[in-house]
Amino acid sequence: MSIWLDSSSKVVVQGITGKNGQFHSEQMLDYGTRVIGGVTPGKGGQETLGLPIWDTMSEAVDAGANVSCIFVPPAFAADAIMEAADSEVDLIVAITEGIPALDMVKVKKYIESIDVRLIGPNCPGIITPGKSKVGIMPGHIHRKGDVGIISRSGTLTYEAVNQVTEKGLGQSTCVGIGGDPVNGTNFMDCLKAFENDRGTKSIIMIGEIGGTAEETASQYAKDYVSKPIVGFIAGRTAPPGKRMGHAGAIISGGKGTAKEKMNAMKRAGIHVTENPSELGKTLEEIL
Amino acid sequence: MNIHEYQAKELFRQYGVKTLNGILALNSNEAANACKELGGMIWVVKAQIHAGGRGKGGGIILCRSVDEVYEAANNIIGSKLVTPQTTSEGVNVSKVYVEEGCNIAKEFYLGIVLDREKELPVIMASTEGGIEIEEVASKNPEKILKVYVDPVTGLGDWQARKIAFGLGLEGKQVRSCMRFLKNLYNLFIDLDCSIVEINPLVVTTADDVVALDAKINFDNSALFRHTDIEQLRDQEEEEPLEVRATEVGLNYIKLDGEIGCMVNGAGLAMATMDIIKLHGGEPANFLDVGGGADSEQVAEGFRIILSDPSVKAIFVNIFGGIMRCDFIAKGIIAAAKEIKLDVPVIVRLAGTNVGIGKKMLVESGLDLITANDMNDGAIKVIEVMERKK
Repeated sequence: MSIWLDSSSKVVVQGITGKNGQFHSEQMLDYGTRVIGGVTPGKGGQETLGLPIWDTMSEAVDAGANVSCIFVPPAFAADAIMEAADSEVDLIVAITEGIPALDMVKVKKYIESIDVRLIGPNCPGIITPGKSKVGIMPGHIHRKGDVGIISRSGTLTYEAVNQVTEKGLGQSTCVGIGGDPVNGTNFMDCLKAFENDRGTKSIIMIGEIGGTAEETASQYAKDYVSKPIVGFIAGRTAPPGKRMGHAGAIISGGKGTAKEKMNAMKRAGIHVTENPSELGKTLEEIL
Repeated sequence: MNIHEYQAKELFRQYGVKTLNGILALNSNEAANACKELGGMIWVVKAQIHAGGRGKGGGIILCRSVDEVYEAANNIIGSKLVTPQTTSEGVNVSKVYVEEGCNIAKEFYLGIVLDREKELPVIMASTEGGIEIEEVASKNPEKILKVYVDPVTGLGDWQARKIAFGLGLEGKQVRSCMRFLKNLYNLFIDLDCSIVEINPLVVTTADDVVALDAKINFDNSALFRHTDIEQLRDQEEEEPLEVRATEVGLNYIKLDGEIGCMVNGAGLAMATMDIIKLHGGEPANFLDVGGGADSEQVAEGFRIILSDPSVKAIFVNIFGGIMRCDFIAKGIIAAAKEIKLDVPVIVRLAGTNVGIGKKMLVESGLDLITANDMNDGAIKVIEVMERKK
């Protein structure tokens, strides 16, 4: 079992002919993801990686796609997300980093009334080990299992995955929700889905400074999640007012500190570790 | 990206947001001439730096004669201004803004930011003008009026009225305030701002609503479509090493510690700083080399870290995903041969092709210390630094 992605997912890559889109489509195919083609406006009818290219998302959906993975450059990415949402795919995974925040405000308004899940942007994507990966994470560090992982970052997620795998455990699904201030799926959505997923027995949640999504999710976990959760917040040593790489990782007006988030997690009964290399160990101890 | 008050006010004028007349001056003669040109009996000389809290640091001076303006400019320009938002060293002031005075009836706070929870722009206004809004927010949150704006409909008259009446304005002031708010909101949206803040916003005795201060912060991700805004960047206000890093596509932030960090990925970079601190060390910087750094970028990363004289050791923490460890190892080796690494370097590699990467480092003959995991690396880097002392 898993959340949102399994071996039946049929993926279309928006921006498949770009450098990143091309490279990662190949990687996804190698992993076993059912990539059925790509969309690059103006290149419809051509082929790449032995797959068809369409001009529009509706053609891709007509061909059977139900998941879109977006590698479109930042200036055009918001438009691509809205096109995907309009085409009625079930899941959109936006990898693109650097989409203007106000573009994302419009996207969120646009998709509000549509029954679609957006993951990202500025994220590594989603993977259900052994079944499908939609994104840019290294597939080989993952292992089938029952630990659900949610994170705002890329390599720090790989770190957590690796620790879980090294302990002989595995992952049900790993979701990178992205480092932007306005994004699609949030921590709470993931907690809810993992709680309802019979294939998930425990959860690792990795937050970082900026915003209040971790606090909201902690409250939700306290009220509704019965499965054990291990938590970590990156950026305890980050100075206020500075953007730490991710557009959303900033302490502003004294809000969004790691300390506040860790306290909220602890109050919710989440097993918080202050050592990012002890995520696996902490999980092992509570299981 | 931040800009100066005088630049922000120029943008305000373009959008019909009311400000006072003012002239930028680079020396005291220019300042004296500026006040003659502006006319009137009263002027304010304001230091142009990005940091806030200038008034508290003595960077805003009210003057009643040309001589006073000359003297104020003379004192401020070339000095180091210390405010609650700068370091204790302060920042250099190279220019002042000379502004005409006005008769203030009331002072307010006004700001527009992107609210992350509601994912909408929010206009915040308060009758508690002139003081730190964070303080009001924590002590008297009920004193902050909030209006969320749907980007599809824009700011409605009713919303602008809600703020105007909420601030206790009446008669002509209400219309003046509504026009002000609508123009300011348009500026916020058109220019992809992340913060527009006016503290204080004033109502004059002539019932005009006027911005006495102006702070604008732009969304860096949107600068590609505002090349004219990018021109307003003042590199003197930015940390030189951070500017240098940005130019080569690295993300570097200088901190106060002694342990330099080079990491791939922002989250892992923060976590690396945290784990150093957890073991009793102090990180000297945040450095994210990104997902596809080449050996030249790694070399430049080392050079930037080493430009900070307080760095006593370096911790390289790489989790190879798509970026393979052998590739990173090659970059480290090339960089180490090219530049003189005169501090100990601890390298932790994990992920794709880690075996090959480690082997390359060992065979390179370089004096590098390898670590098994992040924890091991953090402990080793602190140990080696202590031993050197």
